[in-house]
Amino acid sequence: MSATAQMSAIRQPVLEMRHISKTFGAVRALHDVSLSVHAGELHALMGENGAGKSTLMKVLSGAYRPDAGGEILIDGAPAMTGDPIKARAAGIAVIYQELSLAPNLTVAQNIFLGNEPRRFGIVDREQCSRRASEIVGRLGVSFSARALVSSLSLGERQLVEIARALSTNARIIVMDEPTTSLTSRETDRLFEVIATLKAQGIAIIYISHRMEEVYQLADRVSVLRDSGYVGTLERADLNASRLVSMMVGRDLSAFYKKDHRPPDGKRTVALSVRGMSDGRLLKNCSFDLYHGEVLALAGLVGSGRTELARLIFGADRRSAGTLELDGKPISIGSPREALDAGIAYLTEDRKELGLFLDMSISDNISMGVLGRDARTGGFRDFTIADKRAAKAIADLSIRTGSAQANAGSLSGGNQQKVLLARLLETKPKVVILDEPTRGVDVGAKSEIYRLIDNLANSGIAILMISSELPEVIGVADRVLVMRDGAIAGEVTASGGDPLRQEAIMELATGAAQG
Amino acid sequence: MTDKTTTSVDQATVRSRRLRTAFAALGMLPVLVLLAAGFQFINPRFLTETNLLIVTQQSSINIVLAAGMTFVILTGGIDLSVGSILAASAMVAVIVSLVPDWGLLGVPAAILVGLGFGLINGLLVAYIRLPPFIVTLGSLTAVRGIARLLGQDTTVFNSDLPFDFIGNGSLFGIPWLVIIALSVVVLSWLVLKRSVLGTWIYAVGGNAEAARLTGIKVPLVLLFVYGVSGLLAGLGGAMSAARLYAANGLQLGQSYELDAIAAVILGGTSFVGGVGSIWGTLIGGLIIAVLSNGLILAGVSDIWQYIIKGLVIIVAVALDRYRLQAGART
Repeated sequence: MSATAQMSAIRQPVLEMRHISKTFGAVRALHDVSLSVHAGELHALMGENGAGKSTLMKVLSGAYRPDAGGEILIDGAPAMTGDPIKARAAGIAVIYQELSLAPNLTVAQNIFLGNEPRRFGIVDREQCSRRASEIVGRLGVSFSARALVSSLSLGERQLVEIARALSTNARIIVMDEPTTSLTSRETDRLFEVIATLKAQGIAIIYISHRMEEVYQLADRVSVLRDSGYVGTLERADLNASRLVSMMVGRDLSAFYKKDHRPPDGKRTVALSVRGMSDGRLLKNCSFDLYHGEVLALAGLVGSGRTELARLIFGADRRSAGTLELDGKPISIGSPREALDAGIAYLTEDRKELGLFLDMSISDNISMGVLGRDARTGGFRDFTIADKRAAKAIADLSIRTGSAQANAGSLSGGNQQKVLLARLLETKPKVVILDEPTRGVDVGAKSEIYRLIDNLANSGIAILMISSELPEVIGVADRVLVMRDGAIAGEVTASGGDPLRQEAIMELATGAAQG
Repeated sequence: MTDKTTTSVDQATVRSRRLRTAFAALGMLPVLVLLAAGFQFINPRFLTETNLLIVTQQSSINIVLAAGMTFVILTGGIDLSVGSILAASAMVAVIVSLVPDWGLLGVPAAILVGLGFGLINGLLVAYIRLPPFIVTLGSLTAVRGIARLLGQDTTVFNSDLPFDFIGNGSLFGIPWLVIIALSVVVLSWLVLKRSVLGTWIYAVGGNAEAARLTGIKVPLVLLFVYGVSGLLAGLGGAMSAARLYAANGLQLGQSYELDAIAAVILGGTSFVGGVGSIWGTLIGGLIIAVLSNGLILAGVSDIWQYIIKGLVIIVAVALDRYRLQAGART
């Protein structure tokens, strides 16, 4: 065996997760994943969105109990699973992307929140601030333990979270994308703190999509894909193309459909987006969308794809940027104006932002065009609505007993088709589809792909946001990749070469620069 | 095999859904019937023509208020100010009725005043985006003050009220109050179930953000429902003035909003919005009236009437919860 294996045998890992599987009903979220971490080691965990990283960490933190057969060993001894309090007592701390601090309390109060040192049953303030100062000192940071958290920057707040983890004597700290919202200076500070922690023998599991960070920090990198374990690379073996192919290496399924002719030299611009910014995440996004093409918008979660789509659709306020539709400038300040101009948007969250679950399928389909259908006096024309519904149910093969059934009674795929039907009723020229096949079964997926293909064939311009690379490759003519709120680049199928997943992943993670 | 299980599960879901729909549609009608039968058993005078006319007359003003409240609650909002608006409108109705030759204008004046207050509520909720509870809690107090101000904090009378037929007259033996209340219910039904605006109201209550993304002008819909609630409170003020030949800014309409809300909730309209019907509200209003009247006929003391009515409201909300749980979305 290799030197590593021997080393592991000598040096016992502080944490070992063995054969962890987790199923929710029929959904397999994790399948036989093993992971070990040594004291003082930074172990990076990588994988596409939905690969199972978060689920694995939730098993570790005790939020989920693994399926039978999986075990967690701490210092070689089996630890209790599925109990957050026991996990914390065993020295496991997780720092999530969304910080969970109380901004109106001081650093010291936050560090000991829910775990206050007490004397005679009363919070011992003195001990509280003394111990907090000690921990904050250990991290070598500039702010005081008495500072209000609301006065701290995001990066400093992250350090408070780490201090809180230290206060519970954590020996294994999980950091989930810790640098997502940090400036580069704050990131450097965090990395210094991480080095300090490692020197103190604390093991760190570091979840990140960013290649540079992983290169800089990781002692080892493990990759998950499709809920399973792919492999682990030692620091010496790290290499971008290998990591990327470990993350994406899937076979293209046969069920994608791309029969529409990609626009050629004579293609005409349908929607021209220039300099879109929202003053928060999005920075100066520009691109052209052509008639009859499917343009995919790829990127990692949080890269700003949905935000950009919502900005174009007028659902959120933009701070800068202009739109042109068919060469004419248009001003869009609300979804109503976007729909009137001929731009339609399918939301990624169909239950929260799309459907009216307590209303009939027929009402749901006609909802966007009720005003147009209305008879004199603003009365509903139910005949038209029912005709629309019947046609949509037939055309999109929506499986339901009746058009009068509640939308809430449909399965995910059929709900999605109802939303697509609603969108098509508005007779759009430009269609933005945000994760059109999320949570949809395979059969409905291929039907949705066929529909997208038909739409493109009829000359409609389609912008499709998708986190599934095979879907992007299988459906799109061109791919724009976003990273950190900006358009990182474009991937095209040139000279008979198909779109390459690796090229997309490199742009999305920034590996191309690293 | 998996397919089969899925189908049977689906069928079970469909069946329980149907049951729930039937339960929601029938709603509280059985409760109303049972209550009436019970009171008849206790006191045979209950189911007489005279008494039933009294019950419907007593419930008519509350049903008009509750109809407006149904619009508001269907959007997931609340209007606590209807009692105060009713008082202010009634004051205006009586004051205008005292103008020689133009006395009949008291009715439209009351309605317009109500509409005005309702639109102010609506503007604050829809465009300033303040929580409806807080906005209408504020106007509950402020409009009450205005109502007192209108009559210099006294009772205004008009023994020769030009529109007193509304409060005390009848057409073909049916009191005008009842005719008005039923017309309001039918009109509300037309708007809610037969107009585009009605569908938008249900959509906004069911999922406001989805409604916005579908191109529905959510603020306009909200403005409309609070406007309707105010307008109907104004109509209620005119009805009340016509019945009493008088109005008092301090006492009139006190806690009417609670009876209206109770009627809506008893009628099966969900407090979170999006689900409910005006017919349910009609039945809810009748239940409250039957309860008050029946308890009096049964000789229950005033104090116990309060306690029982309060408990009924709580049971109604409990039913609402149960319905929501049973209807947990998949």
